[in-house]
Amino acid sequence: MAETSPAAPAAPRPGDRARAGGGGRRSLGWTAALPLLLFVGLAFGVPALALLAGAFTSEGAPSTANLTRSLQGAYLTALIGSVKLSALVAVVGAVLGTFLAQAVVTSPLRRLRDGVLTASGVLANFGGVPLAFAWIATLGNSGVLTTRLGLDAYGWSLYSFWGLALVYLYFSVPLMVLVVVPALDGLRPQWREAAQNNGATTWQFWRHVGIPVLTPALLGGVVLLFGGAFAAYATAAAMVGTVVPLVTLQIADALTGNVLIGYENVALALSFDMVVVAGLVMAIHLPLQRRSARWLR
Amino acid sequence: MAALTPAAPPVTDAPAPARRPGRPRAGRGWRGAVLVIAAVYFLTPLLASFVFTVNDPVTGFTLDAYLEIFSAEGFVSSLLLSLGLAAATIVTVLVLTLPAMLAARLSAPRLRPVLEVLCTLPLVVPPITFVAGISTVLRWGPDYLATTPFYMTLIAVQNPSFPVVLVIANVVLALPFVYRALDAGLGAMDVRTLVEAARNCGASWPHVLLRVIIPNLKSGLASASFLTLALVLGEYTVARLLGFQPFSVWIVTISGSNAAMSVAVSIFSLLLTWLLLLVLSTAGTRRRRQS
Repeated sequence: MAETSPAAPAAPRPGDRARAGGGGRRSLGWTAALPLLLFVGLAFGVPALALLAGAFTSEGAPSTANLTRSLQGAYLTALIGSVKLSALVAVVGAVLGTFLAQAVVTSPLRRLRDGVLTASGVLANFGGVPLAFAWIATLGNSGVLTTRLGLDAYGWSLYSFWGLALVYLYFSVPLMVLVVVPALDGLRPQWREAAQNNGATTWQFWRHVGIPVLTPALLGGVVLLFGGAFAAYATAAAMVGTVVPLVTLQIADALTGNVLIGYENVALALSFDMVVVAGLVMAIHLPLQRRSARWLR
Repeated sequence: MAALTPAAPPVTDAPAPARRPGRPRAGRGWRGAVLVIAAVYFLTPLLASFVFTVNDPVTGFTLDAYLEIFSAEGFVSSLLLSLGLAAATIVTVLVLTLPAMLAARLSAPRLRPVLEVLCTLPLVVPPITFVAGISTVLRWGPDYLATTPFYMTLIAVQNPSFPVVLVIANVVLALPFVYRALDAGLGAMDVRTLVEAARNCGASWPHVLLRVIIPNLKSGLASASFLTLALVLGEYTVARLLGFQPFSVWIVTISGSNAAMSVAVSIFSLLLTWLLLLVLSTAGTRRRRQS
């Protein structure tokens, strides 16, 4: 086994002691990890199994009735609403974030770059309730901008699909900046110069060199943004209540008891649907991330 | 995006032979537009919510919303609960992950992929589905376990004055961030050489951990702790759905009765989080420049 060579430093000691030391060390390794493994098994594994069991149990018997119900009517609308909102936020956020990142990366001002990156690190973590309240105070029904500019006369409402998208972009764009800046740094200026010397226009450079090289990073960013928007609950709950149909709001509703008798386990089935969608999306992300990490080195 | 179109013509129209293609000027045009739009978008909500809190329709400028925070009912208790939960979460998550990650680097390389997967899983599972699972487990208490000692355990972890179940959930949610922070910290030092040198000099394992590993890992531990603290202070989903009232849930509870104050508290908690994250990121860059 490969672990025998790490035991070499103990070689000056008598041979059998070294071997005993090596074996002891190996089991010591797994012993040291045991608390973490047990904890994750209990705190994460048990709820996950409970969720699976509940999602596939209806009136005490195993069935797929919950799953069928979770893919019908209002539940299906909510699931589709969540996917649509997340996809919109992911694509728009990725495009805007890439332009902002490119503006910062090509800027000669070192301080601008540092400032924007620090601000992005902070804003990407700015989600949840405070974000919702900041936007309600700005563009809500009695928000500062709404009343000053008389936006309600134009039919503006923050508590809508587009309002939520506007708010979600507030943490999605900075996240995209963080993801894509290392990739943009990896675009060597020499490539651009080579393309120009060969007579390529700016568009041709991006079409044939820039975009292909950036694709894994860009797609990875889109996936990450999708996951963040898909899982977001606090912002939506504090902002729209249940005006916009979203799967997280439906699950919360069902868990807190606003639900018909016999539908308790539908929340679990909906959660299962969510995990499936999030898992699929992550399954795209991980290999991409490995690929972009390889060539950016 | 629209900024690109007006910037494009000068590139092609510019007298190309005169000097190197007019990139700098064109570049500056769209770059400036993008930066201005971004600045407007990101600064407006912050300024507007500040205006919202200090502007009273009747009396004009007032700081009442900020002064009321400290005397508001539930402010102190919910903030203390959040800070207590954060402290417990940080200690638990570090005590659990650090030995396992050290072991994975020192003696059990096959442990590493296992840890990596375990610590990425919480990212795939949205918090709300995690709560759905937890609440199902907690409901087992009255349903099946009422006559067993497990029942008392399930009741005890839901004690409203210090809900251990939230610490457990927060530790799971913090695992990905802590794992990455510690992994970066451990990657920056030569763990094996340090440990073997210390062991050969006769240091005991606790001594190695406290005097060799932890001092070298200070910045990794600090960033893991800060990230966990920010996460716990902002955590809303799990606490709300299990019916507890830490700081983030309290803000929503009071928003019904006093809108200006709830926005003021939001700004306050924002500034707190930003301060933490700024400390973290400047500490990170300083370390990078030194090395």
